[in-house]
Amino acid sequence: MSITFFIIVSVIKIVLVIFVLLTAVAYTVWLERKVVGRMQNRWGPTRVGPFGLLQPAADGIKFLFKEDLTPPHVYKPLYIAAPMLAVIFAITSIAVIPFGNTVTILGHEIPLQITDVNIGLLVVLGITSLGVYGVALSGWSSNSKYSLLGGLRASAQMVSYEIALGLSLVGVLILAGTFSLRGIVEAQAGHFGPWIPNWFIFKGGQIVAFFIYLTAAYAETNRIPFDLPEAETELVAGYHTEYSAMKFAMFFMAEYSNMITVACLASLLFLGGWSGPVFGPDILQAILPVFWFALRIFVFLFIYIWVRGTLPRFRYDQLMAFGWKFLLPVAIANLVITALVVALK
Amino acid sequence: MEEIPVSYYLVLSAILFACGVTGFLIKRNIITIFMSIELMLNGVNLSFVAFAARWHNLSGQVFVFFVMVVAAAEAAVGLAIIIAVFRTRETLNIDQVNLLKL
Amino acid sequence: MLHLVLFSVFGLICVAGAVNLLVQKHPINSALSLVVVMASLAVEYLLLGAEFVAAVQVIVYAGAIMVLFVFVIMLLNAGEEEHTSGSTVAWLLGIPGLLTGAVLICWAVLRYSGGGGVTIGALPGHPKDIAQLLFHEFLLPFEVTSILVLIAIMGAVVLAARPEAVQESKRES
Repeated sequence: MSITFFIIVSVIKIVLVIFVLLTAVAYTVWLERKVVGRMQNRWGPTRVGPFGLLQPAADGIKFLFKEDLTPPHVYKPLYIAAPMLAVIFAITSIAVIPFGNTVTILGHEIPLQITDVNIGLLVVLGITSLGVYGVALSGWSSNSKYSLLGGLRASAQMVSYEIALGLSLVGVLILAGTFSLRGIVEAQAGHFGPWIPNWFIFKGGQIVAFFIYLTAAYAETNRIPFDLPEAETELVAGYHTEYSAMKFAMFFMAEYSNMITVACLASLLFLGGWSGPVFGPDILQAILPVFWFALRIFVFLFIYIWVRGTLPRFRYDQLMAFGWKFLLPVAIANLVITALVVALK
Repeated sequence: MEEIPVSYYLVLSAILFACGVTGFLIKRNIITIFMSIELMLNGVNLSFVAFAARWHNLSGQVFVFFVMVVAAAEAAVGLAIIIAVFRTRETLNIDQVNLLKL
Repeated sequence: MLHLVLFSVFGLICVAGAVNLLVQKHPINSALSLVVVMASLAVEYLLLGAEFVAAVQVIVYAGAIMVLFVFVIMLLNAGEEEHTSGSTVAWLLGIPGLLTGAVLICWAVLRYSGGGGVTIGALPGHPKDIAQLLFHEFLLPFEVTSILVLIAIMGAVVLAARPEAVQESKRES
């Protein structure tokens, strides 16, 4: 493959992925309003377009044209940089996530992924672990007590739950023997027994790890029931209390694209990525894996919203105790048992 | 594949280390002094990795992990000490932390 | 050419961050410039082929240790640095001494390191090879550091716990 062709393909892939990601973010917001509305016996957005489908566009225009207030006494450089940091780290982490098999276009094999690095999982973890700066700095630089409390809570919570999250993934890594996300998916191909697929949630008994990962990821993305950093009832809006217009929208985008990254990782690591029945003509064979992958992501996003509509919020000391005294020991136990089983085999 | 001399990396690491030592000496805020120590450790890590690449021996990279573990342990204990000092003295300026009793 | 360009760009960012750490008055600015130094050091590690070290550098240093620093700065509401008589002495003696020291080291390295070059990705540090070394040859140091970390955790908890809180938990138990 010539270098120009490589660059052109890469640029096309990057533009496409960012476009799809941002659209998905916008429509996740719509889905959340709609589903939570139905759960609370309301309609959700209905006015803009059929079923309120144009609501995200209306919201986007509103965010763009609203007055961008900067409160006095904020620490300006960091106040402006914080939402950008949040959204940049949230979007960058999608770069190493594969969406499907390779497809052949014009005689070239093109992997459906921006780039495949052999430490892919570590790259995602590294970039998302930097995302805490956006939240912490916005809380500090806003010079408001609500924001500061939100920022403090967020940084303590994200650092604590990152440990349980990382440990829950080690079991999968032991079974797959690689950090490459594509390699991990390939390790889950096929099925055992009559029809049970080789997904790590079934094979190797990583189901405990799966639930630890999901719980810790809810805390990492500051979602209910762990949304203490932005708890409305006590902190107004937490770390983004002092933000308005586009800067506020950036925090929103960061939160939702983090949710999508979490859903991608969960399906790649535990649910076999894009595996699923593939049939039909060539074009369908290329599209179906991407569809199965998108379906898994949709299910995870729906569970996110479902949990939001169902569970109450933790108290902060309960949150910390849960993370350190329950999730972490269980994750370590899961790791030790997996390692023992693999070693004894 | 074109090569660049390994001494470039060593010079970069020396500059970072020197910046760390300078920060340790001229800064008056305990937290910044502590960050200067981290900067020195980072400079040393770079020279470890550079030597590992120069002599084709992975031990250099493994040593970086040990340095990181020590740095993490040191950061946890050091920041706890800083919090304890701040609680009793209400200052972060090391020139004002000069008495053994309150 | 590519190697040299990448090395110099990120090396310059590194040095700029390190100098900014010294110049800035407010600790949070210093902390952020240190994060920049660490991130660009990760790129230098990647240039040398140490991919796993680079990833761990970002996750552990930038993602955990520096977040702790920022957290403590926020918690203690650390303000701008105060200028005292001690700092004048330190500036007068420290800067010239350090400049001579740094120049001497650089001169010695350039003069006596005996050449030897590295290419991009000179020594690929695959996680598997590093694990082999870490859990076979360096097993004893590895276990010793785990004990060190355990002691550090306990020390941090004892040091940072408020005396009243310790009293209360004793009364409860």
